Amino acid sequence: MRNTLLALLAEGAAHGYELKQGIEQIFGDAWPPLNIGQVYTTLGRLERDGLVASSHVPQAGRPDKRVYELSDAGREEVRRWLVEPVSGPRLKDEFFTKLILARLPGVAALNGHTDPAALIARQRRDYLQTLRDLNGLLLKQYSGGSPTSAALLIEGAILHLEADLKWLDLCEQRLTEGA
Amino acid sequence: MQPTLAIDARGLTRVYQTGDVHVPALRGVDLTIESGSFTAIMGPSGCGKSTLLHLLGGLDRPDSGEIYLAGQRVDQLSEAKWSVLRRREIGIVFQFFNLISNLTAADNIELPALLIGTPHAEARRRSQELLDQLGIGDKAGVLPSRMSGGQQQRVAIARALTNRPTILLADEPTGNLDSDSTREVLALLQQLNQAGQTILLVTHDARVAAVADRVITMRDGRIVDDARLNTNEPPAHLLSQLMRLEA
Repeated sequence: MRNTLLALLAEGAAHGYELKQGIEQIFGDAWPPLNIGQVYTTLGRLERDGLVASSHVPQAGRPDKRVYELSDAGREEVRRWLVEPVSGPRLKDEFFTKLILARLPGVAALNGHTDPAALIARQRRDYLQTLRDLNGLLLKQYSGGSPTSAALLIEGAILHLEADLKWLDLCEQRLTEGA
Repeated sequence: MQPTLAIDARGLTRVYQTGDVHVPALRGVDLTIESGSFTAIMGPSGCGKSTLLHLLGGLDRPDSGEIYLAGQRVDQLSEAKWSVLRRREIGIVFQFFNLISNLTAADNIELPALLIGTPHAEARRRSQELLDQLGIGDKAGVLPSRMSGGQQQRVAIARALTNRPTILLADEPTGNLDSDSTREVLALLQQLNQAGQTILLVTHDARVAAVADRVITMRDGRIVDDARLNTNEPPAHLLSQLMRLEA
């Protein structure tokens, strides 16, 4: 939210509601439902940190409008954020934790399908279901002819799931070799 | 009432022999495919999935086991009887399209109908109907070499459907397509299934398998998982969950 607001302010000064509309317009359904309170809270923090400045614009017959604009520090912050690669792997490690712990004798003695092979099979089903749902969403993004910007996000998520599934295959293979 | 079975296969085994080496491709596979279903068989190369498809499509014979196609036992049929039945009851789509290069799209599609003795006018009517249904109605007179991969695969699908088969078998049908054509062909298979066509698809690609309603996983000549997916609309918040927002 923070960096998105800064980037939108690089397009020009705006008030809170305009920024909310800007996010909705650019990201469409990809952005979770946005409440205006969040926008104002974030703008307040950005102002406190000296990245934006606000001024009151009088309006006829209505309360003053508070308009925000980027400071020089804010402009530099957007630039720095944009050019910096997003680092770090995105592997979800919770399944890894389960898989390792499932091999402890006491945990293995718990009743009911807690053996690693069963964990892997269930996890694979869950990923396949999500893959199916994402495929469905993706087709909708193309229904108007040219894809929406959300299509790229979905494609990315699908590629990650494919990698997750390949990793499950590897887990399974190692497990069988060990047996 | 039980759903009718398009395919009922029991205890299928197949061993390939090269010289003195025996390579078991299938080690006992039981599989039933309900009429109107869309099933994918997924697994790495060498897991036996293509062998299974070939046995079910009558392109190869099992060493042991039984295959029933729409209730009729087929694995013991003579080659002549099998091939007659196959032309009517089974449509197959391959990775490399396998269209006849000097025949137009329409001629390729009509060929299976003519082979079972369908009158020419009726075969032509059917091919145009399929071309329209598959979104390539303007390609009837075009040679395969003048079409994109996606269009060629549509023609191959149309050809496979010409005789209204009991089941459509597809072996890596998107393996040779770019991502746009892949998406279109998969959407098309889903539409055909929604219109009632029974489909069995074989792939190593989870993304392709996940368009089916049931995903069977194979390893080492055996079925190791058989998952029926939830075919409801995707959950409402799935899309916005993908954006992991910074605080």
